[in-house]
Amino acid sequence: MIKLTINNQSYEVDASPEMPLLWAIRDLVGLTGTKFGCGIAQCGACTVHVDGNPVRSCSYPVSAAAGKKITTIEGISEKIGEAVQKAWIELQVPQCGYCQSGQIMSATALLKNKPKPTDADIDAAMQGNLCRCGTYQRIRSAIHRAAEMI
Amino acid sequence: MHTPITNIDRRNFLRLSGITGVGLVLGLSAKADGTATIENLSAAGESFELTPFVVIEKSGQITIFNPKPEMGQGTFQSIPALIAEELEVALDKVTIKQTGGEKKFGGGQSAGGSASVRTSYTNLRKVGASAREMLVAAAAQQWNVPVTECYASDASVFHKPSGKSLGYGELAEAAAKIEVPKQPTLKDPKDFKILGKRYPRPDVPLKTNGKAMFGIDVSVPGMVYASIERCPVFGATLVSYDDTAAKKVKGVIAVEKCERIHGVYKSEGVAVIAENYWAALQGRKALQVKWDFQGNDKFNSKTYEQSLRDASKQEGAVQHNQGDFDKTFAEAPVKLEAFYETPVVSHSPIEPMNCVASWQEGNKLEIWTSTQVPGSIMNSFPKLYDVAPENLKINVMFNGGGFGRRLYPDYVHEAVQLTKKIGKPVKAIWTREDDTRMGPFRPMTFSAMKGALSADGKAIAFQHKVISPTLDMRKDYDKTKADGTMTEGISEQKYEIEHMKNLYVHHYLHVPVAAWRAVTSTTLAFSHECFIDEMAVKAKKDPMAFRLGMLTKPSDTKVLLEKLKEVSNWNKPLPAGWGRGVAQYEFFAGLGGFVVEVSKKGTGIKIEKVYAAIDLGTVVNPDTVEGQVQGAAVMALTAAIKGGITFENGQTVQSNFHNNPLVRINEMPKVEVHIIANGGTRIKGVGEPGLPPFAPALCNAIYAATGKRIRRLPFDINKIV
Repeated sequence: MIKLTINNQSYEVDASPEMPLLWAIRDLVGLTGTKFGCGIAQCGACTVHVDGNPVRSCSYPVSAAAGKKITTIEGISEKIGEAVQKAWIELQVPQCGYCQSGQIMSATALLKNKPKPTDADIDAAMQGNLCRCGTYQRIRSAIHRAAEMI
Repeated sequence: MHTPITNIDRRNFLRLSGITGVGLVLGLSAKADGTATIENLSAAGESFELTPFVVIEKSGQITIFNPKPEMGQGTFQSIPALIAEELEVALDKVTIKQTGGEKKFGGGQSAGGSASVRTSYTNLRKVGASAREMLVAAAAQQWNVPVTECYASDASVFHKPSGKSLGYGELAEAAAKIEVPKQPTLKDPKDFKILGKRYPRPDVPLKTNGKAMFGIDVSVPGMVYASIERCPVFGATLVSYDDTAAKKVKGVIAVEKCERIHGVYKSEGVAVIAENYWAALQGRKALQVKWDFQGNDKFNSKTYEQSLRDASKQEGAVQHNQGDFDKTFAEAPVKLEAFYETPVVSHSPIEPMNCVASWQEGNKLEIWTSTQVPGSIMNSFPKLYDVAPENLKINVMFNGGGFGRRLYPDYVHEAVQLTKKIGKPVKAIWTREDDTRMGPFRPMTFSAMKGALSADGKAIAFQHKVISPTLDMRKDYDKTKADGTMTEGISEQKYEIEHMKNLYVHHYLHVPVAAWRAVTSTTLAFSHECFIDEMAVKAKKDPMAFRLGMLTKPSDTKVLLEKLKEVSNWNKPLPAGWGRGVAQYEFFAGLGGFVVEVSKKGTGIKIEKVYAAIDLGTVVNPDTVEGQVQGAAVMALTAAIKGGITFENGQTVQSNFHNNPLVRINEMPKVEVHIIANGGTRIKGVGEPGLPPFAPALCNAIYAATGKRIRRLPFDINKIV
């Protein structure tokens, strides 16, 4: 059994140590806001925070997450996360919405480190997150908007 | 019109009113089986079905049924909005439910072809208006006042003189007894509160907090997980498999065969079924499978592409003929020819293909999936899997991207076969590698272009010959006829060129293919509009002026190009090293156009600014339209400058996003969208028309900046000069 702390709640999961954190979160814990997109850390749909840092949970063994503080899209309740979600709604960013949990997790991590990011900062922090619908222009605007709100 | 019905059982009438509403108002096909519809409408319970698309409960709860799957194109707002506007309710006060192919909701339960709003606009407004008139009539009866003294607003009916009001919930039971109006009065667009406005989409909050349920998020009690090994070589058959090692993997429950069905393309696979998806993946790795490649392992892109070039020498089938092209071209003082090539590409929605299927006692089947086509699943699955249509329930989830891929339920077939075999609910998920390697893919089109000019530089003759495989994969496909799906739009452009002969040459491809967002126009617009540019250059004319010079008659295309000319300041000189290009394309889905500005940057090109225009006639949500056009430009950019799909040894070379890359945020140009909504004669599509003209506008701009003419996609935007 592996002990996980997700969104301030404790879980015990019966997983092989090399199982990616993504599948433990989705299949074993049952939180489905974190998405499977590629399985090789290329698309960012599975982004969660581990001890505050964005990681691609599809390529992060569940055993490495034991004892650490994991935050998923369902758990971003603090000021920055809320501002990001608010900006995303205000600017109607999502289209299909499938990648947006990952986009929001990456954007939240960016704003924690850089409260007033430049376009170059956004390019650097967000280029690991693919959006097939092509909502990038609105993602950029929404990050700037969230920065204003914080 | 509002005569109360007294001689008919209320419950029966509720059902009948539903049928009348659909049959009459929506104009469904005559094939609709009335008896079956009555059965489907049985349990009215505490709610009162005014028409099958609107349910108003005594509590005041209003449910609107949406027959168009939501895949990012905004139908979760734009379709219910058509009903809510006429019903006089705010969208945030209603519950929106997706229909699942049920007969009572009629045909058209699908999303594709940019057709959702344009085919529903009047019919669904009539549904809402009918419901409103029935509620108003019910209130008038209750108050014993003339209907003309009553009006509906904010889910209530008001009596003007007295100020009395009744909520829709209070009126629902009485309203259900009112005859469905044959010709309900539609609102004057100037009174619209939802349509035409930047109205927030109700699915957006759910897509920012992880609560939106996509097909892959569904979980049902007792569910197991499947991952399916399919032969990487297209057209191979399964010989045998050894599952000894796979079954030893912890969590693996079973190994079963299943068949992927994609039209005439069928292929066997071996599914590893496990307690969780990770275990299924591990079991699949341990599986030993023997395939017979049937000689298809020699197939590769290079040879196939050369065979397309060779096939271009054939005359081909005539798709369109006007004037005398051959004579005019032969005798013309100035003529030019060019050959254009485009790649095979993948759809790559970020949500991989997946389906949850549950086989239940008594030959009952329930499906939860992200699909664009619940209607066609309902039509085709019952016979194939021996389920009565009333025992098949389809739950349409939010689609994590569609782009045409989810028009094809091959992944649903697999899950259904597996649950039927093992008797447990199965969630089958394709990996990204499965999705990238297996297709179905957008086929390539190659184009042989010919054009002729008069001595004074006027276009007098034009020919677009398309050489391609076809979306129709049947072996008995009729090669003597020009294929409409593969020649989309090439004879629909409004340019007034007197002599035109467009041709089609078919060349067989055994790899599974599919419609892609904007289908064949995505490749044909590139060759068509770049070649028009070549003609302008040859005529020594400005590309915009050359195009407008061929548009002397009034047309939507002329309006669109004039709009682009204005908003892009077309005649304003650009800095040195910059260039601008224009392109437009009209096809079944609608009409869009771009002006793209680029600059030289080292050996490559930087996209500086993108101006887009889309002609709609009528717009339902301008905010959604802007997002769709921006997104279409990104998808077109990926198809123009990223790798595409190639084949070697009978297999797809690419496997995941590292070698089948998509445009990322740092490569996204700023796209300024202009919507033309002059209330024209017809409503045009939104989701697709922003795609086809982007690549030609970009390549025309690159020519203007560098003198380099790009005739083959994809190209490396960082190595132009």
